[in-house]
Amino acid sequence: MDQFLQQTLSGLANGAIYASLALAVVMIYQAIDHFNFAQGEMAMFSTFIAWQLIAWGAPYWVAFVVCLAISFIGGMAIERIIFAPIHDAPALSHVVVFIALTLIFNAMAGFIWEFTIKEFPSPFPAELPFETKLIGPHEVGIVGITLIMLGMIYVFFRFTPIGLAMRAAAASPESARLVGISVKKMLGLGWGLAAAVGAVAGMMIAPVVFLEPNMMLGILLYGFAGAVVGGLTSPGGAVVGGFLMGVLEALAGTYVIGSELKLTFALVVIVAVLLFRPAGLFGRVVVQRV
Amino acid sequence: MAMLEVRGLEAFYGHTQALHGLDFDLEEGGITTILGANGAGKTTTLRSICGMVSNNGSITFDGEGLIGKATENIVRKGIAHVPEGRGTFVRVTTEENLRLGAFTVKGAKKIADGMERVYTYFPRLKERRNQQAGTLSGGEQQMLAVGRAMMLQPRLMLLDEPSFGLAPLIVKELFEILRTINQEEGVSMLLVEQNATLALGLADHAYLLETGRVVMSGTSDDIASDENVRKSYLGY
Amino acid sequence: MALSDAKSVAMRPNPAHTAVLFGIKLPMWNLYLTVIGIAAALVLPFVVEGFTVFQLTQALVYAIAVLGLNLLTGFNGQFSLGHSAFYALGAYTAAIMVERYEVAFYWTILPAGIICFIGGFLFGLPALRLEGLFLALATFALAVATPQLLRYEHFEGFTGGVQGIDLFKPDSPIEFLGGDQWLYFVVLVCGALLVVGAWNLTRGRTGRAIMAIRDNPLAARTMGINTSLYKSVTFGVSGFYTGIAGALGAAVAEFVAPDSFTFFLSVWLLVGMVIGGLGSIPAAIVGGLFILYVPNISEALIGQVFGDDPSAKALIGVAFGCFLIFAVYVMPNGLAGFVRWFVARYSRPGI
Repeated sequence: MDQFLQQTLSGLANGAIYASLALAVVMIYQAIDHFNFAQGEMAMFSTFIAWQLIAWGAPYWVAFVVCLAISFIGGMAIERIIFAPIHDAPALSHVVVFIALTLIFNAMAGFIWEFTIKEFPSPFPAELPFETKLIGPHEVGIVGITLIMLGMIYVFFRFTPIGLAMRAAAASPESARLVGISVKKMLGLGWGLAAAVGAVAGMMIAPVVFLEPNMMLGILLYGFAGAVVGGLTSPGGAVVGGFLMGVLEALAGTYVIGSELKLTFALVVIVAVLLFRPAGLFGRVVVQRV
Repeated sequence: MAMLEVRGLEAFYGHTQALHGLDFDLEEGGITTILGANGAGKTTTLRSICGMVSNNGSITFDGEGLIGKATENIVRKGIAHVPEGRGTFVRVTTEENLRLGAFTVKGAKKIADGMERVYTYFPRLKERRNQQAGTLSGGEQQMLAVGRAMMLQPRLMLLDEPSFGLAPLIVKELFEILRTINQEEGVSMLLVEQNATLALGLADHAYLLETGRVVMSGTSDDIASDENVRKSYLGY
Repeated sequence: MALSDAKSVAMRPNPAHTAVLFGIKLPMWNLYLTVIGIAAALVLPFVVEGFTVFQLTQALVYAIAVLGLNLLTGFNGQFSLGHSAFYALGAYTAAIMVERYEVAFYWTILPAGIICFIGGFLFGLPALRLEGLFLALATFALAVATPQLLRYEHFEGFTGGVQGIDLFKPDSPIEFLGGDQWLYFVVLVCGALLVVGAWNLTRGRTGRAIMAIRDNPLAARTMGINTSLYKSVTFGVSGFYTGIAGALGAAVAEFVAPDSFTFFLSVWLLVGMVIGGLGSIPAAIVGGLFILYVPNISEALIGQVFGDDPSAKALIGVAFGCFLIFAVYVMPNGLAGFVRWFVARYSRPGI
């Protein structure tokens, strides 16, 4: 029973990471109808930026905030410079450019910071204020930070005019323009936010998996799985899906398939959900227009 | 000088030309209607004003050129467009739709006042304020579209077939309200309608469009009494 | 779905200026190019040094894999980011047959292709319901999961786990040909057969059906094309090509291991396809050469600038990424499209 609880809780911690990435993926998907295959590498690159700031002597939380700011601006820049010009291009062009970005970020990180693994600090105290063997302090921290971030994002989208405008611009761009919303700016903001959310995920997972250019590929796969499970049209669903994937991963890894087939597990989940319940748990069925 | 002056307006969908040099004026405070059959270019005219189709020629609003400006910036000058199909933001509530309409308006007080005003014109919307807008009936969505346009505090409202798909009784109610808005809020209106009787009843000026050209213009009374118009568009 | 409409730049050959080669109708200039190409391919291994022969062989292997991917994406409009998995399947099939069952290498090539055909066909079945992006996502997952699967300890008896499998390239049966040269010709013959096969496949009725599905799936269905069958079979054929490339690649590298078949191999193949040109068979050769030589050239250049710093090699990835973006922006039909455009622009029909 202890093992079950322990695995579930540590699954929730990983799930927080997957939930963040799933949310980032869904935000972009809702805005431009494409999957950001580079989301993981963007997060990895952001994490390296934070690592560099810390290595230069910045206190952790300063590095954290500066990294978020840089990621936000970087995300906006990517939208403006790379994706705005091919807005109307066919899907394959987008896939190719996302893959190109994956490659560029991966290789740039390798070039600047090398492919050797690096330790990334955890900002949380080494011991929990209460006695437990079920969950470690960093795991509690991951869940806490993620929940705070998700809460802020929820409030932003739900209760601020800009958040409302961003939702409107993603759902019906033409109507949005007619009430004076600049869809272009909203798109940029969305990219910035997604990049920042990814950066938080990267900085939270880096102390667990160690920092290196290839660290995010498998994690992104779980992020995608979370997004697909929760529903690509539902940001809230994607978050739930992410947490769910974390728990499923931990439990399946412990009791069913062992730790060596985790990525295959994600593959099976993605394909199965896309085939049998393409809307996911919380999404709407998107009817193909003819 | 007229509030809106359109000269030599041409519009294109890809290689297809939809408007062939349109000229018309719209006086401040009035209601002008553009009549015409399907495909005459009525919707295209409205979309051109809002910069939603590729076009050339000249469109001036209060002496300021609109051609080449982005839709969201044209809207900010006080032109509210009630689009064909109503353009409802279906996944947010009625009230959020109205808030979106006031996106360009600064000040919480102003927005709250605007919303109260919309609710006095359309009490039904107030009843439905927390309902997801996609679940409103066609008539309610049309009212919401007009209400959303009002939230912008526009000087000019472009209305694209507001009667489309609505029951006659609701259309009557809607047009009454449009007249009141025009008179009490001082909002000028440019109305596109297939239902010519209805449009001429509301408007003071009218233009008749055929295949992208203005073929007749004048006061609504003049147009309504024209023999050909009567036969082709009014049906009596 | 091509990057942009390939038909608009396709040349209409003038009947008086066409020639027939292996049953393939070609415009004259194309024939000249083909003859020159074949001659060069035959002579090259005797005039360049051994290592270059090895490189050319590897480039041909990539070209075959790119051709396989192109059949799927360029001609049939289905995305795949998972072709590294089929390449791996082919390579492991060959390696396992040679090392565990002592089958002569030549007899492993076709089985590798067939197993990948089955694999592709089976993956193509669910893929039928996954349009466009969703297929890209599913194949992305496949590519990311593959190395871990190859490492899986319970398959270790077969796959050799993390270590992979060593194998030896076949000995040359002809005295005056060295091992590298012999393998080069083996790959060349396989490649030639596959090119002819692809050509015939894409020209006839079948080819029109495959491309109709790409251009307008719904219309294709209403015209009575069994789109499901064609899409699955195309996936299978694409797997067949890539699997054969994998088998040949195993012999060229004399080694298979999980880390040779990461997601980034899929990316290289995608780069080769996009740079070469979608929906063009000769483009695959350009793509293969590109995948092999551009990194080499870049590496040399980088070496000159940054010295022996190993992390500087990462810049090749940056270069590849930039090439990709450049291709999408500037030559949406790849080099092949660019050449077609150029020829169409400067050779008026009838002259």
